Amino acid sequence: MEKKKKLLIDAMIAVAVYAVIMVLLNKGILNRQMRSLLTPICTNVMLAVSLCLIVGFLGELTLGHAGFMSLGAYAGALVTINLPFPPYVSLLIALVVGGCVAAVAGLIIGMPVLRLRGDYLAIVTLGFGEIIRSVINSMDITGGARGLSGIERMTNHKHFTIVFILTLIVIVVVSNLVNSRHGRAVCAIRDNYIAAEASGIPVSKFKILAFVVSAFLAGMAGVVYAHNTGILKPANFDYNTSIEILVMVVLGGMGNIKGTIVAAVILTALPELLRGAADYRMLIYAIVLIAMMLFRNSKFNAALMEKKNRKVMERLQKEGN
Amino acid sequence: MKKFKKVMVGAVAATLAVSSLTGCGNDKEKETETEKKTEKESETATVETTEKETTKSGESEEFLIGGMGPLTGAAASYGNSVKQGAEIAIEEINAAGGVTVGDVNYTLALAFEDDEATEDKAIQAYNTLMDEGIQVMMGATTSGSTIAITDLTADDGILQITPSGSAPECIQYDNAFRICFSDPDQGVAMADYAMDVLGYTKIAVIYNNADDYSAGMDEAFEARVEEKGGEIVASESFTTGDTDFNTQLTKIKGTDAEALFIPAYYQDITYITKQAADMGMELPFIGSDGWDGVLSTVSDPSVVEGAIFASPFCAAVDDPKVVAFVDAYEAAYSATPDQFAADAYDAVYTIKAAMEQAGSIESEDLIAAMTEITVNGLTGEEITFTAEGVPNKEIKYVEIKDGQYQYVE
Amino acid sequence: MSLLNSILEQFINGLRTGSIYALIAIGYTMVYGIAKMINFAHGDIIMIGAYSLYVYSAVLKLPVIVAILLTVLTCSVLGIVTEKIAYKPLRNAPPLAVLITAIGMSFLLQNIALLIFKATPIPFASIINVPGIHLGSLYISGTTLVTLGVTTVSMIALTLFVNKTKAGRAMRAVSEDRGAAELMGISVNGTISLTFAIGSGLAAVAGILYISQYETLMPTLGALPGIKAFVAAVLGGIGSIPGAMLGGIILGIIESLSKAYISTQLADAIVYGVLVIVLLVRPSGLLGKMKIEKV
Repeated sequence: MEKKKKLLIDAMIAVAVYAVIMVLLNKGILNRQMRSLLTPICTNVMLAVSLCLIVGFLGELTLGHAGFMSLGAYAGALVTINLPFPPYVSLLIALVVGGCVAAVAGLIIGMPVLRLRGDYLAIVTLGFGEIIRSVINSMDITGGARGLSGIERMTNHKHFTIVFILTLIVIVVVSNLVNSRHGRAVCAIRDNYIAAEASGIPVSKFKILAFVVSAFLAGMAGVVYAHNTGILKPANFDYNTSIEILVMVVLGGMGNIKGTIVAAVILTALPELLRGAADYRMLIYAIVLIAMMLFRNSKFNAALMEKKNRKVMERLQKEGN
Repeated sequence: MKKFKKVMVGAVAATLAVSSLTGCGNDKEKETETEKKTEKESETATVETTEKETTKSGESEEFLIGGMGPLTGAAASYGNSVKQGAEIAIEEINAAGGVTVGDVNYTLALAFEDDEATEDKAIQAYNTLMDEGIQVMMGATTSGSTIAITDLTADDGILQITPSGSAPECIQYDNAFRICFSDPDQGVAMADYAMDVLGYTKIAVIYNNADDYSAGMDEAFEARVEEKGGEIVASESFTTGDTDFNTQLTKIKGTDAEALFIPAYYQDITYITKQAADMGMELPFIGSDGWDGVLSTVSDPSVVEGAIFASPFCAAVDDPKVVAFVDAYEAAYSATPDQFAADAYDAVYTIKAAMEQAGSIESEDLIAAMTEITVNGLTGEEITFTAEGVPNKEIKYVEIKDGQYQYVE
Repeated sequence: MSLLNSILEQFINGLRTGSIYALIAIGYTMVYGIAKMINFAHGDIIMIGAYSLYVYSAVLKLPVIVAILLTVLTCSVLGIVTEKIAYKPLRNAPPLAVLITAIGMSFLLQNIALLIFKATPIPFASIINVPGIHLGSLYISGTTLVTLGVTTVSMIALTLFVNKTKAGRAMRAVSEDRGAAELMGISVNGTISLTFAIGSGLAAVAGILYISQYETLMPTLGALPGIKAFVAAVLGGIGSIPGAMLGGIILGIIESLSKAYISTQLADAIVYGVLVIVLLVRPSGLLGKMKIEKV
């Protein structure tokens, strides 16, 4: 019962967000800067939520998410450029192809995960990301360093409904997976790897599963990115992009999907909102980032959380009585 | 301690609030910026106060030019040069009484946004500029960003002039024009010059394969050399941010190359030429227009002695127009202007010429006027534009002789 | 020119870049060993080192030796200050939180440099004026000689310090078991500060060598050697000082040889490919300690 109620509330929030944005869009209240921010925000939400599966729930640090994204973006863009289908059909095919290409890479990169942990895994995924980037850079079909241009803009703010639905799909897939039997197994691996293995959870299978699903979703996000920007360049998918996404997940509270969504929205919008600060823009961004991390881990925040937890406990006790 | 943290939380909240306010209040900011500009003007042009008063009493409206380029990140120097070059031109034009279109006198103003040289940021920067109400788009600085916004400017029907976006796709729509040469054109011109005038047949190339400017020029150059029966004895590449070229140079040293062609920007050239000298290489260098500015970044000018490069603009040339620009630029920013600054300066004057020719500030009229104007700029005498957006100007060659730039006769 | 000769030259090129990577990697590895965090801002300390050398020697016109000492001092102090402000409050936080803070710190340092020194690259002539030598047909430049000399001396000094002095022993004790070390009366805070000071001091030396080699100052100059050195540290086994030295030099040589004989475009891919293969065979790097996980 409780679960259904929660689901209903979440669904209502999603509908409300969509309704508000559509009204703002159609009434022309949003300025152009805000409108052009809609798709990047959704793309980053998709990326951050998909990364959340690996970092937050599997508990492994990866720095190669931009690699999955770039594979999806290039594969998807090549589909829409080269296949003679009507626009929306080709976008659909692009999403599936982009996701699958990234998922295959996820499978390949997921293998070392079985042997490596922690910082070593992080650096191997960073390595894979950079390998993907230099290979794309040296290929002809991708346009090399000059980039791939002429991609039809099918996911910009005029097509916000599609982008919003895709974002919802990613969120729903990840949260359902996490709350399923599989998801509990994944979390068990994070919490205690050896105990999980001892209880008969096929650890290897679930680790790879998490990587493949996460890569598929990141590939989809890449397709959305490609059809919003209209041009792809390998240089935009370096480790800094992976780090940006990671920052969103960490700031959102690892393993907290709602927190991740909020963090993705704030961190994407922040540099844009800071444009007024001109030269000091990135400086302020850096300071805010440090301050937020310090705040999240401060005693003050801990006390606040404790208070909140105590209230929840009290409520639960009352309900129990 | 707790108190301190509370204060910090407050501070973060406040910065967020303020930033969102400034986000909405861009117009106000713009106003103050133009105010500042007029203040500066009055300083520079105290002599012309009488003229100023007449313009003030007459109709004087503001014409807002949008610009963008990387102001932060690894490519930041290009964006800053474009911004500063455009500012010099705007100050000059305003001090001389602005632009008169019909009965109305316009003062020019610049709104410049950072695109970090990435395509997705460029789209947001362009939309921000449109929110600020720009009437013409001078940008973007890098090719990728220019291509990313060119669909949007075409949809908006606004005149777009890129000072330095050199990839062919930058001007694929009718509303887009460029000031610089295109990469393939320059590559072909350099190949012709190297083989026909300088008489080399065996040439080594070192280029940046992560940069469209460099890779585009290299492709055209190599194709042209081979077409004309020459030989590319080594074709070595590097990526943006590389600082170590010893590997590539060692390889080139082992070939029988007669000359080394480096289509790249002066920062890379600085490293390459220094390291070539360190390993005792004595090959003559040929370069692209990105070489301009190299003398102010090499610590020892003898390493680039004798190099010849294509250059539409050269800060050290004894031309009164160039000297005036360089002096103004150095006084304002205490730096020597490079080719990006000169391209931006010409772009602003091109906009002025288009406004005057069109007799209107409607985008359609401005675009139509572009093919009818002739601009006497820093990067070329009597520049004209084709309907495709290509500038017609002569390629000039500069040689570094005795640590000085000199035009090759 | 014979093939052997050119291979040797490429090898020396690799050795030179590799030894700079190694100096930086030591900083990563020491901090990791003691504070269990990846200090992403470490690369930007190199940049600050290069700019401070410029300020002391070219702007303030101080004698070279004084300028070098002041540069090392500036970076050491900066290392301690960043630790106290940004990392110490997070000592008991999850490692990822510290990682993100370090990334924020890296942005901060870069943008401060951008504001102060502007984006236009500043040329800065090398302070090393040593003639190169010819060994047969092989030519080795003066900068290369000095770089190799300085890194060798720094590494020997560091090894002696860590193994022979009391402070060095304290460092190893803290990295082995922080709790136990504290119980034995070792000042953990003091030791961590010392580690940051030494790591940043070495980064300053790397910055000086780097800028003498490449002669152009930019606010982003630390990013590339920083990430390469990080890879080197992991390759050698993060937490192990000899590992960082070995990793740095191997990385430099692989990079140089693959650029020369395979493909400049794919050199990065090859470097990372080697890293992946090494880690698959030895999951904790070349000289890293294998940890057996217990319940």
